[in-house]
Amino acid sequence: MTTQSQNKLPEPTPSAWQRFKDSNIGHSFIRDRVAQISFTIFLGYVIMALFAPLIAPFDPYDPNQIDIMNSELPPSWDAENGDEQFWLGTDAQGRDLWSTILYGTRISLTIGICAVLLQATIGIIIGLIAGYRGGRVDSLLMRFADVQLSFSTMMVAIIVLAIFQASFGTELYQELAMTMLILVIGIAEWPQYARTIRASVLAEKKKEYIDAARVMGLGPIRIMFRHILPNTLSPILVISTVQVANAIISEASLSFLGLGMPVSQPSLGSLISSGFEYIFSGAWWITVIPGVILVVLVLVMNMLGDWLRDVLNPKLYKG
Amino acid sequence: MSQNQTENTTQPESLVQIRGLYKKFNISGDFLDQLKFKGGKIVREQEHVHAINGVSLDVHKGEALCVVGESGCGKSTVARTVMGLLTPSGGTISYRGERIDHLDDKALLPYRKKMQMIFQNPYASLNPRMTIGQTLEEPVRLHNPDWNAQQVRDKVHEVMFSVGIDPSWADRFAHEFSGGQRQRISIARALAVDPEFIVADEPISALDVSIQAQVLNLLMDAQEKRNLTYLFITHDLAVVEHFGTRVAVMYLGSLCELAPTKTLFATPRHPYTKALLSAIPRLQDDRPEPIKLTGEVPTPVNLPSGCVFHGRCPYVTDRCKQEIPKLITTSEGGQVACHAVEEGRI
Repeated sequence: MTTQSQNKLPEPTPSAWQRFKDSNIGHSFIRDRVAQISFTIFLGYVIMALFAPLIAPFDPYDPNQIDIMNSELPPSWDAENGDEQFWLGTDAQGRDLWSTILYGTRISLTIGICAVLLQATIGIIIGLIAGYRGGRVDSLLMRFADVQLSFSTMMVAIIVLAIFQASFGTELYQELAMTMLILVIGIAEWPQYARTIRASVLAEKKKEYIDAARVMGLGPIRIMFRHILPNTLSPILVISTVQVANAIISEASLSFLGLGMPVSQPSLGSLISSGFEYIFSGAWWITVIPGVILVVLVLVMNMLGDWLRDVLNPKLYKG
Repeated sequence: MSQNQTENTTQPESLVQIRGLYKKFNISGDFLDQLKFKGGKIVREQEHVHAINGVSLDVHKGEALCVVGESGCGKSTVARTVMGLLTPSGGTISYRGERIDHLDDKALLPYRKKMQMIFQNPYASLNPRMTIGQTLEEPVRLHNPDWNAQQVRDKVHEVMFSVGIDPSWADRFAHEFSGGQRQRISIARALAVDPEFIVADEPISALDVSIQAQVLNLLMDAQEKRNLTYLFITHDLAVVEHFGTRVAVMYLGSLCELAPTKTLFATPRHPYTKALLSAIPRLQDDRPEPIKLTGEVPTPVNLPSGCVFHGRCPYVTDRCKQEIPKLITTSEGGQVACHAVEEGRI
């Protein structure tokens, strides 16, 4: 049995790069200058974070390399007091600011990405179950999400972290600071994912391929993760970029309030906070430089998120 | 043709039995939406769509039973209920004498291998994120867990080849195929587990006319080679004439008439079937004027009393308005649910 349509052989499979270039997202990326610049800068941050120990001239965690006599040196371009050794100057404890920023970026990004992974895991599982099961399970889970959303992330985080710090002591807290921040930010923001996923699941589960999978005899877990989840990835991708930026901001705010990373292991937020006391004594660089680094990182991630949302939203698709 | 085989046998073996099937859908929303303020009191009101109202059908082994009717008459709901995608509100469904409604997923698994379904929309029935190879391997792996990779691949190649899709295209995605090719792939998916009963829910209505014939021939070939039984849902009467062994005509969730295809087309008994058949466009000069029914199909939310067709029937009597007609066997070998036929008025 032959058909006309069959005789037309599709062209050979193009290479991965060619497919990316031909795809909607690749096409838009090549056209969009903002996306390209944002992506390049973000890549720069990732390289900075990954290779911090190789790039940094000093190890800010090693007390032997810190000399208190070097504290509050201005950046090296300040001809009067600047030191060739420290091109962005030093902080109040005499650490090289450039090295500290590199390590701080690493901590901020790690917390941001891990917190988002946690959010995504909880949110995706709950969203899939709520959307696919429907009915009472859906109502119950979504009311949980509403309750969680009615408390702001910062409020929950401040209360939890303050109680933890008060009951287990500052020392233990400083040891566990990173894990605690990831847990608190991760758990506080899961409804964002759960709601988005649920909405996509409701749209997807009406399609016939889900019926086909059920008729085949596949179990609900396999249908949810193998059939529905891959088809809801675009909204996940979009909110993930924005959520990483949000998590980094949350971490920075908590650190600024003294509930985040300890001074011995500063993230960008705690670095800003530690420099804040010296800003009026003229040591502006301890606050301003990490501040600029943080703002650019968050801005770039939000721009990438906006661009992804525009590209992946078929309603905004322009030829 | 396979039509004659089952007609000649005196006692055809029944594969699927549907007995007094009811299905209603609640459309009144959640609990708070159901509360209404009436006459100074708060009352809880529920509204239902009565999609199927007491349908009884037997699908005989080896036949192609076509279910026809206009949009919203419940024919797709029958198909989906038989496949276990919907739970019936009443009645039973049996497969080879075993009740299969209300079975849970695990208990249904052996029946899933025997019963498969082909869907209406070839653009929605294939997962866009899976290659067609993955799509076809999935049911084979699930139902034959002890097969090795080579056996699975061979099976997939065999079904792809048998539906006229080049097996070397297995690593392509669904969107790279045309509508007709996609429908072939979904037929291949249904055939991959070697079923004996296939429910086809308007499998060709979304295709071009030229492709419709090919897909229909493919289904008939498969029936001959693999000894399949079809429950074929359609609204295309030309297809029914070509394809069906027997035809069931549905109206507003009820079965009007059930007869062998030739009998039904030659001597329709039910007034609705007559009107339906007279509406087929034909290239004939001397054909009678099509019967024009008055009014519209009533809403399935508030079903008419008695015979569901009584509001539009030219032979209506008081009995039709009160009593629901039962299926009676006619002299031609069909079954019809009509008081007028029973009383000999038509």
